[in-house]
Amino acid sequence: MSEPVIKCEAVYKIFGANAKKMLQESNGNVDAKTFQENGCIVGVNNASFEVSKGEMLVVMGLSGSGKSTLLRCISRLTDATGGKIFIEGQDLLQLNNKELIELRRNKMGMVFQSFALLPHKTVVENIAFPLQIKGIKTEDSISKAMDMVKLVGLDGRENYFPRELSGGQQQRVGIARSLAVEPDIWFLDEPFSALDPLIRKEMQDEFLRLQEKLKKTIMFITHDFDEALKLADRIAIMKDGIIEQLDTPANIVLNPATEYVRKFTEEVPREKVLLIEDVMDPSTTDNLGDLKVLKDEIIENVAEKILTQEKSVAVIDNKNKIVGSINPSKIINTVFGGRKNNN
Amino acid sequence: MEFIKKYPKLFQWLFLLIVFFALCFAIDVPETYKFIRGQAEFVKDPNQSFYVFLGKEVRYYAFDVFWRLPPLLGWVPIWINDSLFFLMNEWMPIEFWNEDTQEFRTRPLVLQISRNLTAFMTFLIELIREILLGGLETIVAFTSWDWIDKNPWAELPGLPWTIVAAGSAILAYKLSGKGLALFAGLVMVYISIFGQWKPSMQTLSFILVAAPLSFIFGLGLGIAAYKSKRVEKALYPILLVMQTMPQYAVLVPALVLFGVGDHAAVIITMVVAVPPMILLTILGLRAIPPEVIEAGRMSGCNNWQLMFKVLIPTARRDILIGVNQVIMVCFSMAVISAFIGAKGLGFNLLLALNQLNIGLALEAGLCISLIAILLDKMSLAWANKQTDYFGNLTFYQRNRNILFFVATVIIGIVLAYIGTFLFKGSYNYLFEVPHNKGISTADFWNKGVDWIFDTFFVYIKAFNTWLIQDVLQPMRALYLRMPAVATLVLVVGAGYLIGGIRSALVVCGLTLFIALSPWWDRALVTAYMATFGVVISCIIGFTVGTLCFQNKHSASFMLGVCDIFQTFPSFVYLIPVMMLFGITDTSVLIAVIVYATIPATRYTIEGLRSVPVGLHDAATMSGVNKFQRLTKIEFPLAFPHMMLGLNQTIVFALFMVIIGAFIGTEDLGQYILKALSDKKGAGIGFTLGICVAFIGLIFDNLIRTWVEKRKKHLGIN
Repeated sequence: MSEPVIKCEAVYKIFGANAKKMLQESNGNVDAKTFQENGCIVGVNNASFEVSKGEMLVVMGLSGSGKSTLLRCISRLTDATGGKIFIEGQDLLQLNNKELIELRRNKMGMVFQSFALLPHKTVVENIAFPLQIKGIKTEDSISKAMDMVKLVGLDGRENYFPRELSGGQQQRVGIARSLAVEPDIWFLDEPFSALDPLIRKEMQDEFLRLQEKLKKTIMFITHDFDEALKLADRIAIMKDGIIEQLDTPANIVLNPATEYVRKFTEEVPREKVLLIEDVMDPSTTDNLGDLKVLKDEIIENVAEKILTQEKSVAVIDNKNKIVGSINPSKIINTVFGGRKNNN
Repeated sequence: MEFIKKYPKLFQWLFLLIVFFALCFAIDVPETYKFIRGQAEFVKDPNQSFYVFLGKEVRYYAFDVFWRLPPLLGWVPIWINDSLFFLMNEWMPIEFWNEDTQEFRTRPLVLQISRNLTAFMTFLIELIREILLGGLETIVAFTSWDWIDKNPWAELPGLPWTIVAAGSAILAYKLSGKGLALFAGLVMVYISIFGQWKPSMQTLSFILVAAPLSFIFGLGLGIAAYKSKRVEKALYPILLVMQTMPQYAVLVPALVLFGVGDHAAVIITMVVAVPPMILLTILGLRAIPPEVIEAGRMSGCNNWQLMFKVLIPTARRDILIGVNQVIMVCFSMAVISAFIGAKGLGFNLLLALNQLNIGLALEAGLCISLIAILLDKMSLAWANKQTDYFGNLTFYQRNRNILFFVATVIIGIVLAYIGTFLFKGSYNYLFEVPHNKGISTADFWNKGVDWIFDTFFVYIKAFNTWLIQDVLQPMRALYLRMPAVATLVLVVGAGYLIGGIRSALVVCGLTLFIALSPWWDRALVTAYMATFGVVISCIIGFTVGTLCFQNKHSASFMLGVCDIFQTFPSFVYLIPVMMLFGITDTSVLIAVIVYATIPATRYTIEGLRSVPVGLHDAATMSGVNKFQRLTKIEFPLAFPHMMLGLNQTIVFALFMVIIGAFIGTEDLGQYILKALSDKKGAGIGFTLGICVAFIGLIFDNLIRTWVEKRKKHLGIN
């Protein structure tokens, strides 16, 4: 396996006057309460994980859970108090200012919750801004920015000012700006949280379409568990600065690691999240019916067909090879069973 | 006992007041004290005693320790004076090359810096004056007199007034639109026709130098303070004092450092105009959402790019509001700095007031107010103007305004040339209307003043006598009965009750400075005049504000009126009151009341407006009537903001009281004015200025602390 694009080793971020000293004294055992008594606030507590190329890691947590702080450590908008962060093998915390600027100009793009567009520049100028900062000629940067305008579907509005656009359109500009330098790593800090529900769904679909095309390495921050399930390759759930669980959406729904995570998964309609593959029995039996279902199918789409069968159903991969079986009772179990407070 | 437990604060305040009044009654004014008129303090008087501190002799009158603290700080002005003298004349002599005598000479460093600065400022002012009014000094600076003599064409004529008028109209049109363009044109035509062209352009050239320089310094220091906490901490107290320091007081040290003339006026104006610019720059930069800064960083900006391409453009509006403030301060200084010899409208105004030629003063005052309003509106329009996108416009569209201006320049020159034939032998009115050839309404106004005096003399006199004898003099006597010790107890107690020990200490320090200076009784007189003005201003302002608030249109109208009144240079207010009441304390007090009512009214309306709409609706649905809504909902919520208005009212009133010294009051201001003409006045003037600033700061500290607490309590920001 190739080298991870982003790699964090025991990252801490603690706010306060003598945070560094206290962290050293604690030997990695950071207790938020004792720190708070000494005037320090723990933002990120011992975060270790890797993100590989083309993967989308969604960091999910409620407000104050430290998810945005974690992102800002990795983009080095704030300096982590302890630990190591590697971007494509480069030690981020050892970079000097010049190298950091180089890295941001070429490798990183970021989208913000409140869009953070420059009010005095038009759509196309906003998108061209990172290019011009790099020192690219005005005409080249504008023509490149126009490509981006088309990519996010804002053609015809390139000469508008941010104040003349709706929230969804403004965020499209934010997305286009973050992509203008063709970064490898894409940070998104709650990009759709400030939008109305319908627009949000539209933007999520749009975002998935873009990612399909671009295959960036992504860290996506959200406080919306449904959004996380919809978009993520893997989800990290944070609470009080600690990553409670980091796993694929299916595993999180099926096997919540802590009570806190389980609370999120309770209300999730599993049939809409889980794939046949996630709940099938990998051992094939001979006693199978005629119906065959694809392993990548979402349960909801095939549940009706399976439930009308009496025998177990064969599960095939896209080469039509049988990889497992699923019993109708398993479907009923998955959808209705295993929940508390269900009556 | 129940009652005391229920209202502990009320009981504490009552106790404080009882102690204060008890002290007031217990300590009598010593019999040896007499209220000494102006100059006497500087003269050696057999009644004076003296003590020696740090080798300086400090003179003072006999006093009773309880009534008035000994002038332990009496050495401060003397010490400031001597240090200034030492700095200017002895400290760090350096060698410099003298161009005229072709040799090295020695001069103290500060003097040399001051001379260079002076030369630079003079050069800038002259340069602009030559463009607007014609002349040759700048060309001489680059060449020589011989060269000028040989080339008579080089004697640059100024721009004809038609061009300046049309130019300002075009600029106004670009910034705001037809309305402002029309106003700009009319103002310029008015100035020209009434023969005020030359002084107006002198004032304008002064402002065109002072305002940009103040802007640059203010912006630079503001950025520095934004970037470094240490710089901000160092600047903050200076900014605070400068905000409440009367502008007169800064004149005196400047006089010593830079001498008399336009250049000194520019430097002084900068000293006064830079602080608000700094404050607004910091405010604007602080208000930028952090995500915008992060977006800039993530785009790969280095520090320089971040500042100039992201931060400053984003904070553009606040920064331009700062420019507006700078311009306003420049105008008020344009008049005041006439005291140290700045030319222009201010000088004419001062001269006319001195000669009691109200008509002339009115004309000059009107001119200066009109230009001030014009520049105020223009800079505000600039601040509120959104940038236009110039993506795909034709050359004509893009440069239309410049082309228009070039056209007016050509037309103006042609007209002026034609004028030389039209008005052969007399003045070329198409070039410039000379000062004495314009239309003057001075006689009309003077006659009007005479008529008012002839007709209403009896009533005005009666009112005047009544006010002075039955209100002002008793009030002054009462204030003079306030012993320093009692006042200290009152103020410190109030500070403790409002803001705790910290506030009490700050206020105590400020009061002690005044009490230990040799001018305690003068400070009391200043306080009495300011109090009188503030009380009446607040009554008027709160009433008018509340009434106007009842209707949306009248509220906006009143705010507009406040805007315009605030643009008038403070000196202008003295003209109409002198017209009516002559040279009396009444005049000063009425000017104070008019001037200080502006913030009282404005803050009342703004405060009432800021009450959230949701609360209005909730109140209406609870079935309150208009009066109940006002007393139960709007007043309690608007009160903190109205108190900030009171704070501003106090500052405004103090300003006017000090300026009122020009008419002849007997307070701190009078001493500052005297210091202006005193050879050793620098230290005295400056210390007096600080005293006045401290009076303002005492109230500022108390009110702000209270407002912050109250706002936190109410949960409003």
